[in-house]
Order: sequence, then structure tokens, then C-alpha cells
Amino acid sequence: MSVSLLFAIVLVLALVGYFLGRANASGLKASGKNLHSIPPYHGYYIALWCGLPAFVLVLVWQAAQGSIIDQILIAGLPSHLTEGTSAARVSLILGEIKNVAAGRVFGTPEPAVIEAAEHYKSLQSTASLALVACTLAVAVGGIAFARARLSPDFRARNRVDGILRGLLIICSVLAILTTLGIILSLLIESFAFFSRVPVLSFLFGMEWSPQMAIRSDQVAAEGAFGAVPVFWGTIFISAIAMFVALPVGLFSAIYLVEYADKRVRSFVKPLLEILAGIPTIVYGFFAVLTVAPFIREFGMSLGLDVASNSALAAGGVMGIMIIPFISSFSDDAISAVPQSMRDGAYALGATKAETIRQVLLPAALPGIVGGVLLAVSRAIGETMIVVMAAGLTATLTANPLEGVTTVTVQIVTLLIGDTEFDSPKTLAAFGLGLVLFISTLVLNIVALQVVKRYRERYE
Amino acid sequence: MSDTTAQSGKPKERAWYEPDAKLSRRHAADRRLRIYGIAAIVFALSMLATLVGTIAITAAPAVTQTMVTLEVEVPEGAVDPSDPRGGSYQKILNESVARIFPEVDTPRELRELRQIFSNGGQYALRDKVVADPSLIGRTFEITFPLSDIGDQLHKGEIDRNLPPDYRRVSDQQIGWYDRLVAQDRISAPFNWGLIFNADSRFPELAGLWGALVGSFYALLICFLVSFPVGISAAVYLEEFAPKNRLTDLIEVNINNLAAVPSIVFGLLGLAVFLNFFGMPRSAPIVGGLVLSLMTLPTIIIATRAALKAVPPSIREAAIGVGASKMQTVGHHVLPLAMPGILTGTIIGLAQALGETAPLLLIGMNAFITAAPDSMFNPSTALPTQIYIWADSPERGFTSRTSAAIIVLLGFLVCMNAIAIYMRKRFERRW
Amino acid sequence: MTTLDTTEASGMIMTKTAEDTGTLAKTATAARAGEHETKISASAVSVFYGEKQALFDVTIDIPARQVMAFIGPSGCGKSTFLRCINRMNDTIDICSVKGKIEIDGANIYDPKIDPVLLRARVGMVFQKPNPFPKSIYDNIAYGPRIHGVAKAGSAMDEIVETSLQRAGLWNEVKDRLHEPGTGLSGGQQQRLCIARAIAVNPDVILMDEPCSALDPIATAKVEELIDELRTRYTIVIVTHSMQQAARVSQKAAFFHLGNLIEVDETDRMFTNPTDQRTQDYITGRFG
Repeated sequence: MSVSLLFAIVLVLALVGYFLGRANASGLKASGKNLHSIPPYHGYYIALWCGLPAFVLVLVWQAAQGSIIDQILIAGLPSHLTEGTSAARVSLILGEIKNVAAGRVFGTPEPAVIEAAEHYKSLQSTASLALVACTLAVAVGGIAFARARLSPDFRARNRVDGILRGLLIICSVLAILTTLGIILSLLIESFAFFSRVPVLSFLFGMEWSPQMAIRSDQVAAEGAFGAVPVFWGTIFISAIAMFVALPVGLFSAIYLVEYADKRVRSFVKPLLEILAGIPTIVYGFFAVLTVAPFIREFGMSLGLDVASNSALAAGGVMGIMIIPFISSFSDDAISAVPQSMRDGAYALGATKAETIRQVLLPAALPGIVGGVLLAVSRAIGETMIVVMAAGLTATLTANPLEGVTTVTVQIVTLLIGDTEFDSPKTLAAFGLGLVLFISTLVLNIVALQVVKRYRERYE
Repeated sequence: MSDTTAQSGKPKERAWYEPDAKLSRRHAADRRLRIYGIAAIVFALSMLATLVGTIAITAAPAVTQTMVTLEVEVPEGAVDPSDPRGGSYQKILNESVARIFPEVDTPRELRELRQIFSNGGQYALRDKVVADPSLIGRTFEITFPLSDIGDQLHKGEIDRNLPPDYRRVSDQQIGWYDRLVAQDRISAPFNWGLIFNADSRFPELAGLWGALVGSFYALLICFLVSFPVGISAAVYLEEFAPKNRLTDLIEVNINNLAAVPSIVFGLLGLAVFLNFFGMPRSAPIVGGLVLSLMTLPTIIIATRAALKAVPPSIREAAIGVGASKMQTVGHHVLPLAMPGILTGTIIGLAQALGETAPLLLIGMNAFITAAPDSMFNPSTALPTQIYIWADSPERGFTSRTSAAIIVLLGFLVCMNAIAIYMRKRFERRW
Repeated sequence: MTTLDTTEASGMIMTKTAEDTGTLAKTATAARAGEHETKISASAVSVFYGEKQALFDVTIDIPARQVMAFIGPSGCGKSTFLRCINRMNDTIDICSVKGKIEIDGANIYDPKIDPVLLRARVGMVFQKPNPFPKSIYDNIAYGPRIHGVAKAGSAMDEIVETSLQRAGLWNEVKDRLHEPGTGLSGGQQQRLCIARAIAVNPDVILMDEPCSALDPIATAKVEELIDELRTRYTIVIVTHSMQQAARVSQKAAFFHLGNLIEVDETDRMFTNPTDQRTQDYITGRFG
């Protein structure tokens, strides 16, 4: 029985519970009793007791069933298949068993595997039967339990409110769980990585060539996982991006807030925001299709040697993507400077430019800096533009016409295709991810603090 | 008037209102700043125009697909009516091509000739026969795509004046193609295949259907998870939460989560959903879950803003007539905040639709030639399909990539337009 | 001179623009004549915010080196008119000004006049103290610096010191010139703003309800200061407080619903107003 059908049945049962509770309470009311809560709340109470536990049960069951069945299967395998072999080998056998069970037989499997496949099939059907039975039992049990508690002075409304409030709390804690999940998964995989490659040689090594580290004896070889060139490429491309985005964003914000009349502003601002709404994959394609060839041709015409995946192309296009960030943050920051500051400067005979440069920008600086920090964090975490337009080889160069690679590019290249969770290549991606997460987190926290403090100053 | 004053004052001394060089320098600086501003805006907008323009121009050839119409005869013996899928349709097609070009007989020439026609012709023929087995034994017309090079020849993308070694088609192929044109067998209808075909190795057959279905499933999951959870979290934080350390922690958390790079969410999906929970790789359900974690902060922040905009007087009025806090929120505050919440949700979903990096990490860039039957089957999504095509070396994929981008941008424009319309239509100033 | 005397004597409502234009040549001469020459002369000034007219044909002469107070109920146009005198209304997009305002005989709405130079000559102090988020020193030095009066160094130090002394703030802040101006108390901030305006060496100082955000003690100090400044500067002050107008001003102008109702010596207006509306306002029937 499919999970969605099971959910549907639970839903129907909950509905039944609702009407049951409501009818029951209405009956009590009709017989002249004074109810604490109106009948629908008695219905909700039963429905919640019926639906929630069953729903949670199905979810937990689904999450756990696979690995429990795997354990049973492994325990049931003949010892010559399991003893003394690696975890990878066991998971391969498991995969074979499941393939055989699904009818995809390659070659001639061992009899033990075929036997296990049969076992697997029966386990699965038992499990789903058990699931259905348990779910129904829980749902019906919930109805029975809740219904037994109904009485005229039962505070159904307060109980329902309490349950709902609990649900709301769970939902808001999910945000923390997500962060926790990110941190844990990055840490666990990174620890696995750092047990093979020393942290220091990862953080400070100058040679990055993970594709070379194929054989296990090469893995620990110093240099294969030295991430400095990757970090450098990330910083370099982000710097190019900021070099484009900062002046363009700042100047357009200044123009829009201080010079442009309302009509121009109401027309240009949304247009700039479109730039922020375009998916990064589109920018990536734009970089490959238009910008990189243009830069290449232009450089060649000057007699320069330009790589087709130059840092300039990737960084420049990333800069265009970031323009609206800078401009909208600067716009907010400049607009937030009180009008009295402008009045004060104009009344002294300052021109607009003088007012902007010497009064508004210094006053708005914290807000702008916060925005720039967020933009930098965005730039180093940006993936698709660099995956498509930047290079794959890690080069330590300060020449924007050469190709460099970035943290995000390496993560994608290392993880695309098949991912064996115990290969150092895969784990290296999580090591890079950890560095990326920490650095963007620090930038974000600092930026949000700066912006927040700035806001307080003018409120 | 002012002249008289100037004259009647001390003649050597400048009157206060007469500008000097210093002043004009100051005004020049002012004009410069204004010009920088205009230049910045012009630069940004021209980049936007270039981006949209080049992609639209590159996409233009993919609007139509060049088709060829042939008479085919399906002999009685060639296809078994009880199992029409099993016939050797390529052979049947080859024979009907041979009837048009009887003089072509060497294997090399035959291979070159077949290069003009799409590999998909046999499937088009098969599907037609399967749909109507009475065609067996009859002669009828069938229309199917030309190959990538045939298509480009028709659209003039291959320069006939180049020497043969410099172009992708031989003189002979051009001659054959011209003969097909002369026989009025070539047509170029609107490229429905781009939308309704699944992916293929051959550009002329490749379409977005699989990606569209995959994106639809992923967004559906994303909506089903992030909408209720996001609203609940926002309602709790805004209406119920006491001011304590936990609440502060959640707040800081949500703000930071909104700025975590999307690829990190991909790593999370890979480690938790695929590796830990053993969910199916490349499946829209996993993509949807990852996207919903990313969309959650957006929805929470938008919902909280919408809840904040509902004036406290409404809450006081409801509490005043004896409603519980939960009833107040459920009956009054949430419905009033709903337009704002929906606007934020649509914008969040639009972002999720364009998100690529996390989907790459959970394998939604697989090469899959059929649309997924369910959200548990491997599939691509619209942005990952664009990534796959952009990476494909065949030239025909360039225009298809651009066309796919136009489709993606079209969806985004529609979603944002709905959001803007809702904001305008239901916006309430208290 | 004569015209001025008659207007003062009669306290009449000045709407006879034809006669005013005739007097302009004379006021120009009067500019050099001494004590009570006309510094600012407005004729038929109307102000519009978009479609809405906020000020109707205001004609008034403001004497040099005296304090002129604009009084009237809120929304009567007194601040609007004040902001016309240094063209601060230019910074509001939808605002347009008609008519003529002359300072020392030069029409400040002449296209040849640069508002930047005008504002250097006509300083302004605002309702709420608005020091820049810079040090006390830089707040004062800002004006002289942008106008190129003095570069950094001893010349600038001198300007800063003189300005602060004239604003009566020197003794309070001389030891912390490089601390932020926003750290001062409200009254000190307002005197800092006055010092900032003085530093540019203006002829005229416009004050838009300068004490409305201050406590009584700070108000008293600022009022004292205004009285001292009168010897050097022409001061126009907008105030909503009758008592303040009585304390600091020599002349007063009463505005009502965008019209200038009456101009007179302050003492005379407060004891013996000509117009019924002025009387009603002063005796507290509206406002």
C-alpha cells in the first residue's frame, strides 16, 4: 500500500473523528448540559488525536524501515559473505540483493544472495503490512482515547489550542534543526576527511589536484588536497565581482535617491531588481555564451592571451548579478539618513555632491558596509556562474585573464556523478563546504549586526 | 537691478551672488557625480538588455523545428500486428528514403544521407503504427524532424559558401537537402517538441517535458512543506513566542539561514536525505525537500512582515469579545495577512524554481529520457536541464538552451507578475 | 527710508505691490545707510505645493540687524515663507515659488543667482538640532571648508573658535572638540548648529522654531544668544510661542492661512494689534 493512500486513510479517519466528537458534544448540549467548549472543538480534539500520532508514525516508520531491514538482512547473511569484509563490500552485496529482489539480475548471483533476496521481499511485505496495521491501530486508538475524555466540562478549546501551539513551536524549531543538520552533516563528513588528510595540509597546502588522488596510497600524499589555490580563486573572483558591483551599485543608488525624480526612480528601481531575480544559471550561460567570448576576442585584438574561462568573465558576470544587492542596500541606507541632515548641509550652502560625499555617505556607511558584506558572502557562495564560466584547475594567479577555480566549483565537480561516501574526493567536498559555510556565516553575522546597529541609530 | 547694485557697490569687489571659479569647480563636481550615477544605471540596464537580448536572439532558431514528410510503406510482414512495438522501423524508413534517392548506394553515402534525418524518425513511425495498427500493409505519409545538421541547414545557420572542409555538411548533403526542399517535403512548424518531448541525446528530439514535470513535483513538495511550516513558525514567533533566549536564537537562525549559500543546502540534502535516510537519488521529492528548507526563511520573513502589518486593534477587538489567542490569530489576523503571505510565498517559490546548485548535488542532472511517473523517480528540473544542455557539445543545443532559459524566465515572470498583482490588488493601508 | 518708516508707523498690511516695486531702488541705497535699513524685501511671494497654494502674495520688508519674528497658528505658512528666503524650498520637487525676494537689492530667485552662494549668505537653524554625525570641530568646519573660506590648520581653528564663542558654546566644548557633536545635550546641539551657521559668515540667520525641541533652561540660553547675535546678523525667527516672540524680537509678522496679516513692532502688535485675527490669536482664541 502506498504511503499517500495511507495518509488519505488517516485523513478520512481524522475527519470521522471530528464529526464523531462534534455530534457527541452536540448531543450533550441538546440534553441540556452546559458545555465548556463549543462542539466543533470536541471534534478538533478527536481529529488531532487521531491524525497526529498516526502521521508521525508513518513518517518515522518510513525513515527507519530501510535501515532496519538492511540490518536484518546483514544479520541473516552467511558468515563468509560478511565477516572480515569492509562496509563498502557489504553495501555492495545489499545493493545486489535489492536488485535481484526487483528482478534486475546481472550474471549469476550466489545462492545466498538469491535466498536473501527472497527474504528481503518477504520482509518488505511484512513491514508494509505491519505499517498499515500499526497506523490504523494508532489512529483508531487515538479516536477512542480522545473520545473517552469528552465530557461537558472538558476544556476542549484549551486542549486544542495547546496542541496547536505545540505544533507551531515544533515548526519554528525546524529552522534550528536545519542549521543543526547543516552543521552536523558538514562536521561529520569533514572529520572523516580530516582523518585522512591533515587539517593543516588542507588549509595551507598549495597544490590542489583531487582527481589525481585515485589510489588509496596517494590519498594522504601531501599536496593533493591543498586548498589554498581554491580559496585564492574564490577570493579573486569575488573581488572582481565586487570591483564591478560596488561602484555601479553605489553610484546608481546615489543617483536614484538623491538626483533622480520620482518617475525615473519608480521606473529604474524595479528594472534593477529584475537583475536580482534572474536565476544564476542564466547568468552562467550568459557568461559562457556572450561575455567570455567577447573578453577573449577583445583581449586577442589587444594581443593579450585570454583563457576561455577567464576569471574576468566569471567575476564580471557575477558582479552584474550582485549590482542590485549593493544598490538596494545602499539605497536603503542613504534613504534612511534623516532629511534633517540634508537640510543642514544644504542650508550651509553645500552642493548636492558635497552633501552626499561628506554628510550622507559617512552617515550611511555602516548600512552600506553591511550590504557589501552580505554581497561578498553571496559572491563567495555563488555556484552556477562559476561552475559554468570559471575554470576547473586550481591556479595561483593574479592575472584576471587566466582561469581560476573556486570552492563552489570544486564542490560541484567532486560531487557530480557517483558519490561514494567513503572516497576522500567526496569527503573533500564536505571539507570545502565547511570552510564555505563558516566563512559566509561569519560574514552574515557581522553584516546583520552592523545593519541592525545602524538601524537602531536612526530609530 | 542687480547690475545697479554691483555698480553702486565697490566696483572692484565681487558681489556676493557672482559665481567664481571655485564655485564652478564645485558645480562641476556635482555634475560629475550625477553623470557617474547615470553611467552606472545605464551600464546595469544595458547589461540586463544584453543578457535578455542575446538569449532571445540565440533562442530564436529553436522556435521552429524543421520537419520532413516522407511516404512510408509498412509491409505486412515487417511488423507483427499483435506486437507492433517490435517492428524494425528504421529499416522501413531507410527504404522510403531510398525511394527518394535511388542513386545513393555506397554505404558511406547512405550513412551521410541518413545523417540529415533525425534518429527519432523510427520512433515517430512506431508510435503512429502502435496507435493505429490498421496502417500495417498500407502506404502513408509521416512527418518527423530533420537532424541537427538538417535543421541548421534549413535555418541558414550553415554557410554554404564555405569550402566543404570548413562546414559540418558535405556538398552532397546540401544537394540532397535541396532536393527535399524542391519536392516540398520540408516544413518548419512551431517547435512543440521542445516543450512536450523528454530529454534526448539528439538536439532535434530533446524537449523539456521531463524537466517541467520534475520541477513541478519539486515545487509541489516545496510548497506543501514550506508553506504550512513557514506560516506556523512565523505565527509562533510573531504572536505567541515569549521574549527569551530560545526565541532570539531562532530569529538569528532564520536570518542567517536566509543567507546560507544554496550549495550548502545541497550538501545537507546529500548527506542527510540521500546518505542518512537513503532516499532515492535524483528524485524530485529530495529536490523539493531541499528547496523547501531554502524557501522556509523567505516565507517566514514575509509572513512575519505581513503579520506585523495587521494592526493590534484587530487583535484587541477579537480578544475583547472572548476569542482565545489561537482563535484571534486563526480567524482574524491570518486571513488579513494572507495576501502578504501568499505574495511572499510565490516569490519564494519563484526563487526555488530557478535554483540549480543544490539540485546538481542530489543528482537531478541525470540524463533521463522519460518524464518521471512520480516524485520518487529520477528526474531533472528546469534549471538543471538548462545546465545539462548548456554543457552539451552539439550546436543545436545552444539555441535549445536559450529557449529553455526563455521558458524558465517566462515562468518566473508569470509568478512575479501574480505576486505583484496580488500585492497591488489586496494591499491594505491601515 | 521714508517708506519703511510709514509702514512701521501704520502697521498696515503690505499688499500694495506697485508701491513696493517703486521702493526697491531706494532700499538698495538704504542698504548702506545704517541702523534700520531693509535687509530682505519680499514682494508678492506665493508658494505652491503642486496644485495647492500654501502662501498668498506675501509682501514684507525685513530690517537689518534686528530680530523679526514670524508668528501664527500651525500651518499658516510662516515656515514656508522662511524657507523661501534661502531657497530651501528648491529641495522639494513639487514646490514652486512665485514673486520676488531681494536681499541687499538682488533678487534671489533670479536664475543667475546660485542657491549655493545664497545659502552661504543666509544661514538657517532648524526645529530639531541636526548636527552631522561628525566631531564638533568638523561640524563647524564643514561650511568654511566647502566654501573654501579656510583650509585646515590655524585659520580653520580660528574660525571654529570664533564661531563657538559667538554661539556661547566655546567654554562648554573647548576640551572635547573632537568628540561627536551628536553626544551633546539638546540645547548644546542647537547652539552647535547656530555656530555651524555662523561659521560661514552669513548676513542673515533664519531660525525655524529653534527652541521647540528644547527644555526651558536650554531655551533661555538660546534666546539669550539670539539677542546677542542681533548686533551682527539679521535674524528671522519662526516661533509658535508668543512669549518667545515677545522676549527676543523687535518686529513681528503675523501669518494666517497662508496670508501675511500684519507686520509691526513686536511691542505694539502684542499690546495693540490692528487686525481682529491678530488680536484673536494673541489673546488665545485660536491657534
